[in-house]
Amino acid sequence: MSPVPSNLSHTSVALVGNPNSGKSTLFNSMTGLHQKTGNYAGVTVDKHYGSYKHKNQEFKVTDLPGTYSLYPKSLDEEVACRALLSVDEKIDVVVIVADASNLKRHLLLATQLIDLKMPCVLALNMIDEAAKNNTVIYYEELEKLIDIPVIPINSRSKEGIQELKEAITRAKISDTVFYNFEKQKQLFPQIDSYQTLIQLALDTKKEQPHAIKEFELNDNLHRFSKINYMVAKCIKQPEKLNKNLTQKLDTFFTHKVFGFAFFFLVLFIIFQFIFYVAEYPMTWIEEGFAYLMNTVAVSLPKGQLSDLLVNGVLAGISGIVVFVPQIALLFFFIAILEDTGYMARASFILDKVMRKFGLNGKSVIPMISSVACAVPSIMSTRTITNWKDRMITILVTPLISCSARLPVYTLLISMMFAKDKSIGILNYQGLVLMGMYLLGFGAALLAALILKHVLKTTEKSYFIMELPVYRKPQWQTVAMLVFDKVKVFLFDAGKIILAISIVLWFLTSHAPGDAFEKLESNAVATNLQEADLNAQKLEASYAGILGKKMEPVIKPLGFDWKIGIALITSFAAREVFVGTMATIYSSGDSENTETLREKLIAEKNFETQLPAYSSAVCWSLMIFYVFAMQCMSTLATTYRETKHWKWPAIQLVFMTGLAYLSSLLVYNILN
Amino acid sequence: MQTLDTLTLGQSATIKEFTDDFLSLKFIEMGCLPGEKIKLCNIAPFGDPIAIEVSGYVLSLRKQEAATIVVKLNPENTVESCAI
Repeated sequence: MSPVPSNLSHTSVALVGNPNSGKSTLFNSMTGLHQKTGNYAGVTVDKHYGSYKHKNQEFKVTDLPGTYSLYPKSLDEEVACRALLSVDEKIDVVVIVADASNLKRHLLLATQLIDLKMPCVLALNMIDEAAKNNTVIYYEELEKLIDIPVIPINSRSKEGIQELKEAITRAKISDTVFYNFEKQKQLFPQIDSYQTLIQLALDTKKEQPHAIKEFELNDNLHRFSKINYMVAKCIKQPEKLNKNLTQKLDTFFTHKVFGFAFFFLVLFIIFQFIFYVAEYPMTWIEEGFAYLMNTVAVSLPKGQLSDLLVNGVLAGISGIVVFVPQIALLFFFIAILEDTGYMARASFILDKVMRKFGLNGKSVIPMISSVACAVPSIMSTRTITNWKDRMITILVTPLISCSARLPVYTLLISMMFAKDKSIGILNYQGLVLMGMYLLGFGAALLAALILKHVLKTTEKSYFIMELPVYRKPQWQTVAMLVFDKVKVFLFDAGKIILAISIVLWFLTSHAPGDAFEKLESNAVATNLQEADLNAQKLEASYAGILGKKMEPVIKPLGFDWKIGIALITSFAAREVFVGTMATIYSSGDSENTETLREKLIAEKNFETQLPAYSSAVCWSLMIFYVFAMQCMSTLATTYRETKHWKWPAIQLVFMTGLAYLSSLLVYNILN
Repeated sequence: MQTLDTLTLGQSATIKEFTDDFLSLKFIEMGCLPGEKIKLCNIAPFGDPIAIEVSGYVLSLRKQEAATIVVKLNPENTVESCAI
């Protein structure tokens, strides 16, 4: 029986297989650049789909998330199973991707898929590795036993791809039955097919009746007895497998000294790249946009529209694009670590430590990366398959001091301590700065510990994970992932960031009534400096009004309305705090903070006539910036990665609340 | 009754049964079947998790999870280096 396309114009093909079966590489080999990434409705699992043409016929391919069986144990697996049975997906052909070098385990899912009575093809991937292990597979024999086309392929070298595409046109519904029919009749006499049973198992996922679990156990054991028979007939493999290289590498990578040393080296390299190397392209992007904004501003007639375009839209886009270098670099490294099999080892050696904090071995890279920026870090938590571990990592990651906090710390520290003040050889400024970073780390770990007990999940936490053999990275796979992540950020999180930037632009550039006009004509009359006019305008703007309205709330922390304005504007990004303060104190160039520092030190409190920026205020402000969720891009990314406004809202309330209470405490102790 | 978490590095054994219902389902789909030979081939630096060789590949798991797998030491057991 040949597949009947549900849609006359194209055949819909789904790639299904275990994680590490080389499915994604196969997907890339089949579709080349004709692919897109979407999202499965309501969940945060990426949906990869693409297309190719074979003999003038159009084929649409979906790369389903990897799963070990049709009885899902995680969210990813559930998505794969639901998509297979979903009427909306209209899958015409299932391509079962199995690792030929580890066929026995991979055949479990294959037999389950065959029992769904959908047209199938079995793609036996990694035949090169099987050959290296001196494993001989009798394909024709296997084809007879499972009654669907069996195609040996090597998705990395693209061997067998054409043959697979050809075989897809003659995919068939197998006449062989693998499932435990007897047990099903006994437990579920009313059910007539394996497909209905799997559907029932999925529908009752939340409170699965014991009978389904009993069936699963019996069914899989039953399958394996059949698989053992097939493997004995179709595969000849040596008693001892030749996986020496992986074994040797494991001795090194999981060694208690070298293993950790190598891991820290990896972290160090990633850190160097996203912290220092990324700075160059980021500066080019910012300068490029500054030039563009300038050109547009000059060539358009002055007015509301040009101001919106330049300072609202273009400035907003610039603030989005500037993240691209860090995202691209971080995912470049993560893709290599995943693709080579190293990431699983890093999890292996770190699991025990991280578990204590409710985190996962895979949480380490996102957390360290967030010293540069929380945005790419949160995006990189996708590698954490356990839902709860992933959520905790996302929620606590922004507490770690990122590079945008650095200008704020530097300004405030320089106001409190002289450059040359030191204890012995330890510079005071450096010590305080380090203290701020440690405080952030400590808060993140503590928050994780709390969340571990607070967050409820139905998904059971376990660490039963395959340690795949080491492989060379596939540059195409790496490039695809980087491209994909950048695109997702630009278009998904970018929309939200742009919207908030426009709101912030409006707040700082508009004032009720004709307040601005009055200030301007007054400035002309009194020959006022432009910097002073800008300061007056900011004070009169909506942001200024909000800042003043906020004063009673932030006064207990030692902040006045001027700081209030800077808190509002630096919601765009923390470093904006410095720029806004420079505008308020009309110290001109925000790049040169020396004048600003002097003005701030000279500032007197209106009521007490004492220095407004006492060390109590500076400490309080600095502590506020350690904890507060002053970053719209992080919130937008959290939303994009969790698909729920609840999580960014929790981040915002919990972090800002923590910041408020800590600052309150610090200010009142020091004052 | 010996469980998997008590093996020493390089020791091999045969899986007898499972003591946790949920984990047993997961173990079975990962190819850890009763009657299957396994070998402890790696222990993480802090003593946990561990890695076993089973049906031609390496599986890592935590000690508390390994404690739910009842094993029988193989009679010909000689501690040797792990050949994955």
